[in-house]
Amino acid sequence: MTKEKIEPNKWIDRYADYLFNYTITRVNDREIAQDLVQETFFAGLKSMKNFKGEASERTWLVSILKRKIIDHYRKINSKKGQAEVRINYNSSEEGEGDWLEERVADLSDLGAAGNMENEELGDAINNCISKLPEKQAAVFKMKTLQGYETETICNELDITASNLWVIIHRARTALAECLEENWF
Amino acid sequence: MAYKKSVLFISCDEAKHICDKVQYGEASGWEKFKLNLRLSWCRFTKAYSKRNNKLSELVQKAEVKTLDNDLKNKMQKELERELSNSK
Repeated sequence: MTKEKIEPNKWIDRYADYLFNYTITRVNDREIAQDLVQETFFAGLKSMKNFKGEASERTWLVSILKRKIIDHYRKINSKKGQAEVRINYNSSEEGEGDWLEERVADLSDLGAAGNMENEELGDAINNCISKLPEKQAAVFKMKTLQGYETETICNELDITASNLWVIIHRARTALAECLEENWF
Repeated sequence: MAYKKSVLFISCDEAKHICDKVQYGEASGWEKFKLNLRLSWCRFTKAYSKRNNKLSELVQKAEVKTLDNDLKNKMQKELERELSNSK
């Protein structure tokens, strides 16, 4: 098996969006997510020596990011203190009969299950995008996810409009194939 | 004999192209009409169109977020600076 090389110069292009989306579905705040991704890259740089090339570069960065996300939650939990944590349904004796019903209402309220599925779907889409050739990924993201005008993309990437549509076509075909097994 | 390009009937490739444009709301009314006409009988166009619509639906549902390009450029610069410092 060939060992994975580490190329920090390409990290932003290759993984920034992937890591960002991974983070934002878990922390729900753009700025915090940006910071965590940035910190992950810096931490990656610092521990580059530890990268053995057995996992892919992305898997390795995600493992760093996961730690950052956990640290983030630890930090905000310790800031909140105990008071908020202690509020739960079982603690008040009066409302003992009500809690079950409230829980049920909570779940049906498009809660955890729905979000989890979207989270997984987001991860799957990101994963498939990251398998595209770099140019296809860049064009697809600008056009589809960031909603740039065709003209803007053409100017920025120095391609013609018909080029753009060919690239979009290839990207969409590849993505549909990639997602087909689990999501279609 | 060279075929004259038809105003009304389009090739499968052209249909796919229009279908791609439809996903971004960039197809004209006339293009959509031509696409629908072809969709009524071409199973390849139909299959492509179905997958393409499904892909749009999934992407929309997942609300995939990306970083702004300016921010990415900034991050790239900071990363490079950090990289040259660590060398």
